[in-house]
Amino acid sequence: MSAAADPAHGGAYGPVRRKEDARFLRGQGTFVDDIRRPGMLHGAILRSPLAHARILSVDTAAALAHPRVRAVITGEMLQQRKLAWMPTLSHDVQAVLATDKVRFQGQEVAFVVAEDRYSARDALELIGVEYEPLPVVVDATRALDPAAPVIRDDVAGQRDNHIFDWSAGDRAATDAAFAAADVVVTQDMLYPRSHPAPLETCGAVAEMDPVTGKLTVWATTQAPHAHRTLYALVAGLPEHKIRIVSPDIGGGFGNKVPMYPGYLCAVVGSIMTGQPVKWVEDRSENLMSTAFARDYHMHGEIAATRDGRILALRARVLADHGAFNGSAQPSKYPAGFFHIFTGSYDLQAAYCEVTGVYTNKAPGGVAYSCSFRIAEGVYLVERMVDLLAAELGQDPADLRMANLLRPEQFPYTCPTGWEYDSGDYPRALHVAMDLAGYPELRREQAEKRARGEYMGIGLSFFTEGVGAGPRKDMDILGLGMADGADLRIYPTGAAVLSISCQTQGQGHETTFAQIVAHELGLSPDDVEVVHGDTDRTPFGLGTYGSRSTPVSGAAAVVVARKVRERARVVAAAMLEAAPEDLEWARGRWQVRGDPEQGRTIAEIAMAAHSSLELPDGVEGHLDAETVYNPPNLTYPYGAYICVVDVDPGTGAVALRRFIAVDDCGVRINPMIVEGQVHGGLADGVGMALMQVITYDQDGNCLGGSFMDYLLPTSLECPSWELGETVTPCPHHPIGAKGVGESATVGSPVAVVNAVVDALRPLGLRHADMPLTPANVWSALQGRPVRADVVSG
Amino acid sequence: MTVNGVSHTRDVEARLLLIHFLRDDLGLTGSHWGCDTSNCGACVVWLDETPVKSCTVLAAMADGRRVRTVEDLAHGGRLDPVQQGFAECHGLQCGFCTPGMMMTARWLLDHLPDPSTEQIREALSGQLCRCTGYENIVRSVRWASEYEASERGTGRRGAGQPGPAAGAGARPAGEGG
Repeated sequence: MSAAADPAHGGAYGPVRRKEDARFLRGQGTFVDDIRRPGMLHGAILRSPLAHARILSVDTAAALAHPRVRAVITGEMLQQRKLAWMPTLSHDVQAVLATDKVRFQGQEVAFVVAEDRYSARDALELIGVEYEPLPVVVDATRALDPAAPVIRDDVAGQRDNHIFDWSAGDRAATDAAFAAADVVVTQDMLYPRSHPAPLETCGAVAEMDPVTGKLTVWATTQAPHAHRTLYALVAGLPEHKIRIVSPDIGGGFGNKVPMYPGYLCAVVGSIMTGQPVKWVEDRSENLMSTAFARDYHMHGEIAATRDGRILALRARVLADHGAFNGSAQPSKYPAGFFHIFTGSYDLQAAYCEVTGVYTNKAPGGVAYSCSFRIAEGVYLVERMVDLLAAELGQDPADLRMANLLRPEQFPYTCPTGWEYDSGDYPRALHVAMDLAGYPELRREQAEKRARGEYMGIGLSFFTEGVGAGPRKDMDILGLGMADGADLRIYPTGAAVLSISCQTQGQGHETTFAQIVAHELGLSPDDVEVVHGDTDRTPFGLGTYGSRSTPVSGAAAVVVARKVRERARVVAAAMLEAAPEDLEWARGRWQVRGDPEQGRTIAEIAMAAHSSLELPDGVEGHLDAETVYNPPNLTYPYGAYICVVDVDPGTGAVALRRFIAVDDCGVRINPMIVEGQVHGGLADGVGMALMQVITYDQDGNCLGGSFMDYLLPTSLECPSWELGETVTPCPHHPIGAKGVGESATVGSPVAVVNAVVDALRPLGLRHADMPLTPANVWSALQGRPVRADVVSG
Repeated sequence: MTVNGVSHTRDVEARLLLIHFLRDDLGLTGSHWGCDTSNCGACVVWLDETPVKSCTVLAAMADGRRVRTVEDLAHGGRLDPVQQGFAECHGLQCGFCTPGMMMTARWLLDHLPDPSTEQIREALSGQLCRCTGYENIVRSVRWASEYEASERGTGRRGAGQPGPAAGAGARPAGEGG
């Protein structure tokens, strides 16, 4: 039974239209670049044209002489304030403004503050920087060559480009399972570098009040509270004198989790000039310098019996982290949650090892709706299962169905230690196959093959782990991943919920109002959701990794139930009954056995603020607060089927259909859930077919604009076909799981499996993303090309 | 130039982009700056009745001409049917591309009141949305088309009962089901 059908609740779940739409539809949103402060100045960043070079000198005299320039900040100046380097989210450091060397093209070298946007840009051209070019490493597979130049010679003791070795699983048990297997299939594959490219680029307005010493930063951040702590630690400012505001955000997708040099430069600029400073990057800056995603070079091995029982999985990964290890994930996991790579199958053993390396490319790695690298893990296992199916001559749907975890195995601990909470995997796959008309599709494919036409059907089945996370295991820079929530009930019954996470388009103002309304018998219209302002909200780790509903959503439920229990005592006093004689029904407290005697939250709230005599020890009012420390991640899952038609003569892929069945537990607002899935599917199609950030051998970024970094449009995207199953999460207070990243994680491999399936009669076994016509054609000729680097 | 029916006279630098003039000089921040290269369409406004990408139009080129922005879509507190469609069909998430999408959609429906799905997709294909996967934007435009048809009394649905036609999807989102 879904919670929505529970008569003891208010019934506020459902496709409620979004509260936030009213301002966006009228052009009245407030994005960072829309903010104007009195006396505001404008910043711009001078960036390195070279990927690796020593800085010999920086001459700012001509820029400072520009009549509209107010300040020019260099790395040397920051060094004097001990601000030239900042900590990354992976316990490395990153240059705010370069002092010794530049280490990737687009790295920040100097910051100009001027009276207007255009003058700041003009002045960049007046700064003279003398560089001594150094040899460049762009290819991760060559980063550990003994002759490779050492990129991070700023780090004491660093003599190569090695960052970490990390492993998970039982190596010996996995080796034994492989030794006993009838069939072993192996494949090298690249999940190429991609970029989240939210339509709004990154930026900030920093305003230091010289009188009060209060710093306000309006910034494009997905984690305002964590950023506040970072500013305090980096700049030595008292944390209670820092206010971070995450206003309307034009998409995040993980790109706006890290701290960027531009934010800090705006702060320093405001401190130096005594005036507010706005910095907003342009599209090229966003693509070339902010958090990229993926860049995983993977070797997969799968072991099975001849009759198709999957036994074990092994993976070896080379992870390209760019010039600074700035990937954003819980501290214990340098490869994120990649080791959920056993996916949705009942395996005996699994083992993976990951090596991280530096290259002369932009920093990042964990971004773009990947659920902390589960995207890479799902891609690997789902490609391997398809390759195994081909090897065994089995239908990939049959092979999956035979090996999926069964409902009775939950809660299930996978070979690398994750405890999956709930699921009915075969049912989800059945629903997807029914929606797709799977047998008919296979018949059509056979007919087309007989006519020499190349139609492909690709499947994927993914399991996610989202909602980081339990404090004992998960922190970011030492900050545990619990979320707070405050709920105030005004005398008239109007409610104000303050949450620590915020929306970048997910619709929190609506969904979180529904959560509270549902618990308290209110209308969502009666509940205002406050978010994105550290002065007005309790501490929490922010919106990424599909964690809002699993963590902050649970906090909202818990705090609403606290209010409800407080209301019970007041209602008892109003009804002259004992609290234990009341029951919560139809959205109000009523006397058990006498439903006529009841009080709504609005009535109780007025009484709680009145002179009504309350029992000893009970204060007035109904307000409550809570902190929610999740006991486990939530494990949404889904079954996806993609249908393509491929022209082997040109390599062009036409995406005909995409069927997505998601199970994210109880759906608070199904309209918003489906919107999240739609968007993720487009991301997956983009990654599979066109998106890649490529570098040439000199380290020039070739994906630095939307002319070069291709994103799917309305023409490349089909009309998505969605289905659902609902398996409630057993440990979440309303049975919900996260969903924001599911489709981005699960969909790319369905497209790749479909294209390979189409071309299998021509001998194609594998092709790396993105499957552009040129790349498909090259793979068909037996001469696959690396899409991430230009050779020669 | 005339912007949303109001005449403005300014001396501007020759290089000033129309998008920056609208946003920074006139404070009309509904139109957004997303890519610099005419690819994303977050900056789409009308110049003399034609949608243009205002990041690649100089403000001076609009001299003596009429500009219409998203701020002019609603009138007298009443949302344009295109705006209503986007709300009804969950055609927006972060809201950054939305003004440009709506300005193009309005132009499309003015010139082609009953577009097919393919024509809607074609019309929007010069603009990017990173959140919605486009499906609900297409449904939003179709909702507006059907609403306007019912208002004219020529709709396939009865007046006052507008709504999006079911998409090809197995379970259309945004229909309140």
